[in-house]
Amino acid sequence: MTKARITVTLKNGVLDPQGKAIENGLGSLGFSGVESVRQGKVFDMEVAEKNSEKAKSEIEAMCEKLLANTVIEDYSVEIVS
Amino acid sequence: MKSAVILFPGSNRDRDMIAALTKIGGSAPHLVWHTESELPEANLYVVPGGFSYGDYLRSGAIAARSPVMGALTKKANEGYRVLGVCNGFQILTEAGFLPGALMRNAGLKFVCKEVLLEVANNRTAFTAGYEKGQIIRCPVAHHDGNYFADPDTLKRIEDGNQVVFRYANNTNPNGSLKDIAGIINASGNVLGMMPHPENLIEPAHGGNDGRTLFESALGLLEAENA
Repeated sequence: MTKARITVTLKNGVLDPQGKAIENGLGSLGFSGVESVRQGKVFDMEVAEKNSEKAKSEIEAMCEKLLANTVIEDYSVEIVS
Repeated sequence: MKSAVILFPGSNRDRDMIAALTKIGGSAPHLVWHTESELPEANLYVVPGGFSYGDYLRSGAIAARSPVMGALTKKANEGYRVLGVCNGFQILTEAGFLPGALMRNAGLKFVCKEVLLEVANNRTAFTAGYEKGQIIRCPVAHHDGNYFADPDTLKRIEDGNQVVFRYANNTNPNGSLKDIAGIINASGNVLGMMPHPENLIEPAHGGNDGRTLFESALGLLEAENA
């Protein structure tokens, strides 16, 4: 079994109104040094494939097909164990 | 004129769509559950609004990978007319029928109100009954209607006259680029739009500006002019 963490973030240049709202919220709480916030998603996944290279390419295919919308999002796959 | 409406868990504007298609088309549409892998013969296939799969992952993302979408791809490739409204538009972009993506509204709020639309292209099977540049009324109700496409894609759809509806007179409710409210595919048989024309088809709705779209799409105007 291979454990992986997949991170999906908005591409540079894509407006992120949710990130902006969070940034403003942090400002309201008194955290004055926040220069920008971009919101994304994290998926923790376990796959049966033991070979981490094979697991990674399998998960990348999942990102392309479903986990990320590559029109607006980038993804990265990290093999945890 | 026969139509078909595709249903997903969480579709909720299907009843309005069925009512509009029945009243305008003269017979009730086929109803097709998302697990089907075949579609019945029809003049128009409609993906209605709602919150398919609770908008989990992204609006329309899970529905776009349903078995029925393979059958719909086949119909679209054969040139059949496909209309996606609201969540239906989100599903059609997620499934790759239409370019771009629909993101969270710029104001972050769910918007439910009436907007004005400019008919930017009336040389389509869906808008032939309108005048070019005509301003029509139409309700919207969505949280993720903020149309986005990269600059190259945007240029391509603008140059190809694929923008069919634009929010007019500063009524853009969601921050969509270029005020885009509805686009058509390059072959001209798949239309996606955030506003709900099915909710403005008779006097009881307070107007009928949406009716013409269905009359056009169902081929009723062609039949009249033949």
